[in-house]
Amino acid sequence: MIKTKSICAAFVMALALTGMGALPATAQEAGAETVIAKQAWTFGGLFGTYDKHQLQRGFQVFKEVCASCHSANLLTYRNLAEDGGPEFSDAQVKALAATYKISDRTVKGGTRPATPADHWPPPFATEQDGRDANGGSLPPDFSVIAKARGIEEPFPWWVLDYFTAYQEGGPDYIHALLTSFVEPAPAGVQLPPGKHFNKIFPGHAISMPPPLTDGLVMYTVGKGEQPVPMTVDQYSKDVSAFLMWLSEPHLIARKEAGFRVMLFLIVFAGLMYLVKRRLWSSVEGH
Amino acid sequence: MAEHSTSYNPGTGVEKWLDERLPIIRFSKEHLMDFPTPKNLNYWWTFGAILTVMLAVQIVTGVVLAMHYAPNVALAFNSVEAIRRDVNGGRILQAVHSVGASMFFFAIYVHMFRGLYFGSYKAPREILWMLGCLIFLLLTATAFMGYVLPWGQMSFWGATVITNIFSAIPIVGDGIMQWLRGGFAVDNATLNRFFSLHYLLPFIIAAVVVLHTWALHVPGNNNPIGVEVKSSRDTVPFHPYYTMKDLYGVVLFLIPFAWFVFFAPDILGDASNYIMANSQVTPTHIVPEWYLRPFYAMLRAIDFNVLFIDSKLGGVIVMGGSLLVLFFLPWLDRSKVRSGTFRPMFKWFYWLFVLNFIGLTYLGAAPAEGIYVIIAKLCTLYYFLYFLVILPVLSRIETPRPLPASISESVLGAAH
Ligand code: HEC
Ligand code: HEM
Repeated sequence: MIKTKSICAAFVMALALTGMGALPATAQEAGAETVIAKQAWTFGGLFGTYDKHQLQRGFQVFKEVCASCHSANLLTYRNLAEDGGPEFSDAQVKALAATYKISDRTVKGGTRPATPADHWPPPFATEQDGRDANGGSLPPDFSVIAKARGIEEPFPWWVLDYFTAYQEGGPDYIHALLTSFVEPAPAGVQLPPGKHFNKIFPGHAISMPPPLTDGLVMYTVGKGEQPVPMTVDQYSKDVSAFLMWLSEPHLIARKEAGFRVMLFLIVFAGLMYLVKRRLWSSVEGH
Repeated sequence: MAEHSTSYNPGTGVEKWLDERLPIIRFSKEHLMDFPTPKNLNYWWTFGAILTVMLAVQIVTGVVLAMHYAPNVALAFNSVEAIRRDVNGGRILQAVHSVGASMFFFAIYVHMFRGLYFGSYKAPREILWMLGCLIFLLLTATAFMGYVLPWGQMSFWGATVITNIFSAIPIVGDGIMQWLRGGFAVDNATLNRFFSLHYLLPFIIAAVVVLHTWALHVPGNNNPIGVEVKSSRDTVPFHPYYTMKDLYGVVLFLIPFAWFVFFAPDILGDASNYIMANSQVTPTHIVPEWYLRPFYAMLRAIDFNVLFIDSKLGGVIVMGGSLLVLFFLPWLDRSKVRSGTFRPMFKWFYWLFVLNFIGLTYLGAAPAEGIYVIIAKLCTLYYFLYFLVILPVLSRIETPRPLPASISESVLGAAH
């Protein structure tokens, strides 16, 4: 009798105690009235993996558009060739790096072409330069941006997230941010100079001008591949996926290890249970 | 000690030689193998073993993390991120440590609520219980300081808010706050001392756990019916019966642990801790990790002045009191019956207390406005009422159900 009750209680407590964890995690978006729609990401859920073609397109959007304002200080060129990422070839990465100049005070002239081991160069030399170029606001670094943002969910739904292992709030938020600009601002809204109206940004007034327009980035279509639409929505998805990879480069390896560990634990637990039951069967009353 | 084992016979000359000088093998055999343990312990009793494993996990992962971590405000944030990215297996190592903190607290709350239900704090286990309370305090401090180390926004602002609490103490408060911070504001000096202490405290906890286990082995375990062991028929040797059962419990516990580590390592944390600490930008909501929220909720619930005590000091007194009262519990609940199973009235108040505590956890993160403030006050009130009024009164007025004569009798009678 006590056993079933205990088990129920354990369940309730487990649910409640862990549940508390998520509650306000993203309360910073409290000002945003529009509900952010979850997207179907290839890397979502337990079995999700990155789509390297999408990451390559996302990188292209980043390189051609966002990188003129946003830094990605923890990204090295070499990362772009690593397993579980965009997986460009070593030759491609080397060629790409060579087109960038890195400031290096140890060489003549103070700059040299980048090598794959170099970090992605920041667009502004100092934080102040970054602010000056953007009306006083600093475009945040992209290295972990997809983990530094999230979405807020109403009560019963965030409980489910523990069971579905929902970790895609960051890309959902970024995708929503990029597709929620309203230009010109709705009637009656007074924006400070240099600000733009965004439906989901907290407070709605953002210093970032809408960075994307349809057709802005030219996607090349490989032989035998379906052409990918060149729309703001598609660019946003691709760059959000890329930013997720940038924040969580070992996602695939981590999940793969997870499957092995879970399988081991479950089998081990089963065996332990049998051994324990056998052992205890000789104890009076069991 | 319930029974002394004399079953150890040094087999070889070397063992005999050692036994006469340092009887460590004899000691281990008595305490880790032969120790007579009630045979009716349920799975709530496996959490002690789970906690021991968690302490080991935190120490081992922590020591490795410290090899790569840089306790400096300019480097800390990126050094943690570098562990995730560049250290072999670093993403998993770091996730085990941060998820591990949550799992540790989950286990310790289960362990404590187990004690509350089965009356494990009552004589002759008062010292055992109080050592447990001390462990809980130390663990809280360790976790709080550990959370500051990655130097994210929540690290910084959490440290600012919590150290600021001390300034409420009259006269010496400001001095204490600056002493904790190592300056006027949370800065490099704070980070350095927190790192040092965060490394130190787990070993102190380990030492207190040794005392805790010692204090356990003098009276022996309590058990689900709360009737003391009467004869050797009531017990089984710890090994292999409980080593196997505990090991099974530990493996089961590792399953949800691994789930979070491998599939959702950030879900228990706050997204804004992935933004580097910035003293110029205050986050809109500053919330502690879930496991500290019940106490944070009680701190915030006091938003009114009482006589010469202003609300800030009042909050500190209430929060401190909520922890301190645990130490006095053995003398507040005078009921002779230990196990809640045989206390018809106690049960109701107990489960309400559990719900109330979960409610406080929720409220610790809710905005401090409107209805939440009122509920927080009620929950805080019930927390204290439970210990200071309900338990003392219940022990006078309640008629407990008849107890089984012994563990063996209850085990045999319980054939369903
Ligand atoms: C013209 C410069 C500029 C470009 C180009 C630009 N951004 Fe921004 N971005 C900014 C500025 C400035 C901010 C800070 C906004 C603020 O705090 O009001 C910002 C903020 C952001 C944020 C954080 C919003 C938040 O929740 O705080 C994200 C995400 C973002 N940008 C994504 C992108 C992406 C993706 C691209 C490329 C498609 C891009 N940006 C291109 C200037 C730019
Ligand atoms: C690092 C943290 C801790 C560790 C490693 C630990 C370890 C253990 C172990 C191994 C046992 C015996 C097995 C069991 O009963 O589950 C035990 C018993 C006990 N612990 Fe803890 N403990 C910890 C924290 C606490 C805390 C915070 C409390 C309460 C405030 C507490 C109170 C007790 C009590 C009352 C018992 C005896 C229970 C009984 O025999 O019925 N412990 N502990």
